Amino acid sequence: MDQNQLDPEFAAYPLRELADTALGQARKLGASHADFRAERIRGQQIRLSDGGLETQYDTDDLGLAVRVVVDGTWGFAGAVDLTAAAAARAAAEAVDVARVAAAMNTEPIELADEPAHGEVTWVSAYTVDPFSVSVAEKTALLADWSAGLLAAAGVDHVDASLLQVKECKFYTDGATTAMQQRVRVHPSLTAVSVGPDGRFETMRTLAPPAGRGHEYLTGTGWDFPAELAAIPALLAEKLAAPSVEAGRYDLVIDPSNLFLTIHESIGHATELDRALGYEAAYAGTSFATFDKLGSLQYGSPIMHVTGDRTAEHGLATIGFDDEGVAGQQWDLIADGILTGYQLDRRMARLKSLGRSNGCAFADSPGHMPIQRMANVSLQPAADGPSTQELIAGVTDGIYIVGDKSWSIDMQRYNFQFTGQRFFRIRNGQLAGQLRDVAYQATTTDFWNSMEAVGGPQTYVLGGAFNCGKGQPGQVAPVSHGCPSVVLRGIRILNTAEEAGS
Amino acid sequence: MSAQSGPTQSGSEVAQSGSGVALSPQDTVERALAAARSDDCIVIADESSSANLRWAGNTLTTNGVARSRQLTVIAISRRGGEARVGVVSRAGVLEHQIAGIVAEAEFAAAEASPAEDAQPLVTSMTDGPPAPSWQEPPLVTEIGVFGRFAAELGGAFDAAASGARKLYGFAEHQLTSTYLGTSAGLRLRHDQPTGRLELNAKSADLIKSAWAGVGSRDFTDVDVVSMDAELAQRLDWAARSVELPAGRYETLLPPTAVADLLVYMYWSAGAKDALDGRTVFSKPGGGTRVGEALAPLPLSLHSDPAAAGLQCAPFVIAHASSRESSVFDNGLPTSRTDWIADGTLGALIQTRHTALLSGQPVTPAIDNLILTAGGAEGTVADLVSRTSRGLLLTCLWYIREVDPQTLLLTGLTRDGVYLVENGEVTGAVNNFRFNESPVGMLSRITELGATTPTLPREWGDFFTRTAMPPVRVEGFNMSSVSQAS
Repeated sequence: MDQNQLDPEFAAYPLRELADTALGQARKLGASHADFRAERIRGQQIRLSDGGLETQYDTDDLGLAVRVVVDGTWGFAGAVDLTAAAAARAAAEAVDVARVAAAMNTEPIELADEPAHGEVTWVSAYTVDPFSVSVAEKTALLADWSAGLLAAAGVDHVDASLLQVKECKFYTDGATTAMQQRVRVHPSLTAVSVGPDGRFETMRTLAPPAGRGHEYLTGTGWDFPAELAAIPALLAEKLAAPSVEAGRYDLVIDPSNLFLTIHESIGHATELDRALGYEAAYAGTSFATFDKLGSLQYGSPIMHVTGDRTAEHGLATIGFDDEGVAGQQWDLIADGILTGYQLDRRMARLKSLGRSNGCAFADSPGHMPIQRMANVSLQPAADGPSTQELIAGVTDGIYIVGDKSWSIDMQRYNFQFTGQRFFRIRNGQLAGQLRDVAYQATTTDFWNSMEAVGGPQTYVLGGAFNCGKGQPGQVAPVSHGCPSVVLRGIRILNTAEEAGS
Repeated sequence: MSAQSGPTQSGSEVAQSGSGVALSPQDTVERALAAARSDDCIVIADESSSANLRWAGNTLTTNGVARSRQLTVIAISRRGGEARVGVVSRAGVLEHQIAGIVAEAEFAAAEASPAEDAQPLVTSMTDGPPAPSWQEPPLVTEIGVFGRFAAELGGAFDAAASGARKLYGFAEHQLTSTYLGTSAGLRLRHDQPTGRLELNAKSADLIKSAWAGVGSRDFTDVDVVSMDAELAQRLDWAARSVELPAGRYETLLPPTAVADLLVYMYWSAGAKDALDGRTVFSKPGGGTRVGEALAPLPLSLHSDPAAAGLQCAPFVIAHASSRESSVFDNGLPTSRTDWIADGTLGALIQTRHTALLSGQPVTPAIDNLILTAGGAEGTVADLVSRTSRGLLLTCLWYIREVDPQTLLLTGLTRDGVYLVENGEVTGAVNNFRFNESPVGMLSRITELGATTPTLPREWGDFFTRTAMPPVRVEGFNMSSVSQAS
């Protein structure tokens, strides 16, 4: 959106001159490829405990990065000062690193071609820069929301938090020079109720983090007052709810819960670096190995999953990735069959897949870009049913709302999730909440048991700020859109029994 | 220059450009304090450097070196008994920007609501000038820290390739020099080296996998050759594979797995949350469970900034307040703290603020964790030799909290589960998803070995300084089978 101005402080640095210095130095020292990034990343955390200010923390990370290929080996160096001397030194260090690393490298680095995009500018879609709003105003809003919850019967404690990020990025490899800026916000409130016997429950807002500005807190894209008004009664009902009986149930899963299951069981499983083993010792590999491309029956035929870096307000949305590749959308799973992966330029060339689909990302100027997740989303059925209609089709089941705990194995087979709210479904009707619920499944069993997907009216773009991957560890924000869905015969655990009580 | 060969002079180095110069961290701290107009001011200057190597399938994949320079200004405005705090933390600050950062923090303090953890600033225990080390430049690491190690790793790649093994892994070395100054006159400096090596060996078909990891302050004590040999032996153990169903098993946890479970428990041991009635350490009806027996064996779980090989900051460094830390406590000395003593819960993580609320001693978080049990002796192999039937784990993965009430955690076994029969490993078993609470597990530990330094596999990105024994647990809850290998 053109009305949002590029951060003037960042734009005032002599970025092109620094890039020329770094790229020139790298080539002089023997690099066959060199790219340059400069970034300013502002962050602000505000946390309240029972309405009192617990944390107020502003961060402002600035730096540059030089990545080179020397004799077929990567070299990378970051620096903190946006000065010509630092740029030249980082280029020299990156070349040095490549030379030290060459003794251990057996796969020459080559990159897929990408059209030259020239000089480009991209700014994400938001109205109010969160850093233009005073801390006092934001704290007062959170305190007001906290007070409203604390005033309700049965609410003993309230945690409120607001995370805000503004990323400014300058990239050039000579062919493409991109100046980009995006913001994201994540407001969240959790109410806690402690019973007289010491048992406690929590209830958190479902508002997803979003690639939006401060307007998200004041009525655009989410109705916080309405959601907060419903929390105390939901919490009281949960504290008094019966413990679930373990067994197999039909599930209706709300987008507020399903986005995270998509993230773990599809998003990470369709990262080509994992499928090729580059993450084998850390994040893990994938059961969806490259030989299964085009044949793996990932899920039922109604399953259509896309990757994109283009969805409006998506957390992984960007104009150009950290290798100068333009944002795209593509199929990962079509008609239930694995049809695509998330790529960077090196892997696209290695596997002869043509152009990269633009998934290179580094979370800071101190880190080398790696393949990170696009927005990975399950598409709704064009004329599909509402959530209520999906529930109406279930005789004996559970409706799961909101994410909480998550865990999945290193090949993305076996997962276990909990949630915020679990409603018993009897004869197509909701019949009160349950507690102590977790669902456990194997990825392909789970998605092949998907019987129905809801229509566009059920679709919500969820997401997270904190997806971790890589060594050194990098954190990336990512969104996942999905409709409500129906799955048959999923294993439900009772978590109190699992704990031996 | 590598860490073991001494500090370089980066602190006195000047980054010169048209837009300003970078001062030394000491001068930065003094300049910021001199610019401060608020009632109290705390300034933290962190100078960090890091170097890393990553490899997969017997070849290097990524690498890098990076440096950062972070200035954190904590401005405190006091009125009556209230204190308002503004914190601004910024990377790459140049001389001419320092006063602006201080002003930003003071502006944030002016518009903040009162801090609930307000306390007076910490004052020096001793009068007089700061320790001589205050004036010394920050320590710096570079890619050369891996010099000997990288050569050995290259050799290990060759050995692995000829043995039909593939090596994966990561080596990282970081050095952070922290300079803390306050308007109350405190001047403290801490140098923290943090290093780790993770080595993962897989069979050529990637079906069998084994893992080993170590923490290291300087990479002089890392022995890749012997680690690779241990991994080769574990892959041999997997020559016979055994399918076992989910269930509760007698299980031998190696030190890394014990570390991962207990580090999570340590992170969940904040006094504030316990007092609020919302953790496993809350006492029903109010208060905390400090003083309650958690384990029948005389276990000691403690942190000690002076622990040999695991040294960490002997004073509080808090860039921002949170539920478990308070900026007001910056500079507060820390010393050995027994979180569990003789099997009894001894302390929770406390700030001065929560200590007042709980009536318990001030016991801030310390960046290492050690489990011991009297004179317990023996290695994993010794525990195996005393096992008639049970499982031996390699490490745990993807650990997440399922239920805070019991601190039920879920996660996976990874890189080798072995069946032990009649004192010997007889084969490799499928992986499992577990559901276990470390607190509940403490009461079912029936035997411990000798405590050794270990790297927590899951939490190594955040917490590397641990020493743990291998333990035998009765009825470890393997909730379902994972097909992952």
